[in-house]
Amino acid sequence: MTERSRLREVKLTLPMAPDMEVVASQAASSLATFIGMSPDRVDEVRLAVVECCINAFEHSQCADRKVDITFGLLGDKEADTLEIRVHDDGVGFTVSEVEEPRIEAKLRGSRKRGWGLKIMQGLMDDVKILSGSHGTTVVMSKSRRGRDGER
Amino acid sequence: MTEVLRLTIDRRDSLAVIQTEGYINNQGGEEIARAAYDLLDGGCRRLLLDLTGTKIINSIGISILIEIIEKMIEVEGRLAFCALTPTIEKTFHIMGLAQYASIYPDQATAVTELLP
Repeated sequence: MTERSRLREVKLTLPMAPDMEVVASQAASSLATFIGMSPDRVDEVRLAVVECCINAFEHSQCADRKVDITFGLLGDKEADTLEIRVHDDGVGFTVSEVEEPRIEAKLRGSRKRGWGLKIMQGLMDDVKILSGSHGTTVVMSKSRRGRDGER
Repeated sequence: MTEVLRLTIDRRDSLAVIQTEGYINNQGGEEIARAAYDLLDGGCRRLLLDLTGTKIINSIGISILIEIIEKMIEVEGRLAFCALTPTIEKTFHIMGLAQYASIYPDQATAVTELLP
């Protein structure tokens, strides 16, 4: 994605506590609606944020038990893209070692989970992960309309 | 803030309809699983999950639904879904659930298809 102007920014720090992912998703939903996304695209952003927060809550092992979320409204004259950064100060992970989940294997195996990243990638326009020993930042974005003008 | 999942169960001959209302997270998924396994123990082999009242579901909840699908396959039963939001339906397709569980637009269509 080309560099866009950051027109507004909203920051949120949430404790890693039950259902806090819903709070993050409600903020995302309000901002996605604000930039004129269709209700279906807003819902997709909402679910992607839920998954991103749950991943941080479950896997980050961070001592402070919180996530920092930055919502950026990107565009030229008016905001047309919502960028969401979810950061934790946890132990990090190697992105290339994350195995892509497959339903056939999940049905046969004992571990049914591990879908978060795949869902985020499927619902958002772009997902990037920056991870190291100082934590993980997931940067995902979705434009007001899809590439083919999808609403 | 927390949406507690509520279930309504309607048994119709060999088909049971579980209607959900609220957020399907780990607790919600476990509640659905308890209800589904009780119905399976009672001999029910066709289950319809009507998600009319559910606007959000997370992957932990969906992974519990995968366990139910696995159980249904074991007993040669059938699990189907209806009334999904477009995002939940898209998510089920992303995950491949739609290959193992039918998705219907509404309960009436699903019941017509599922009742022998």
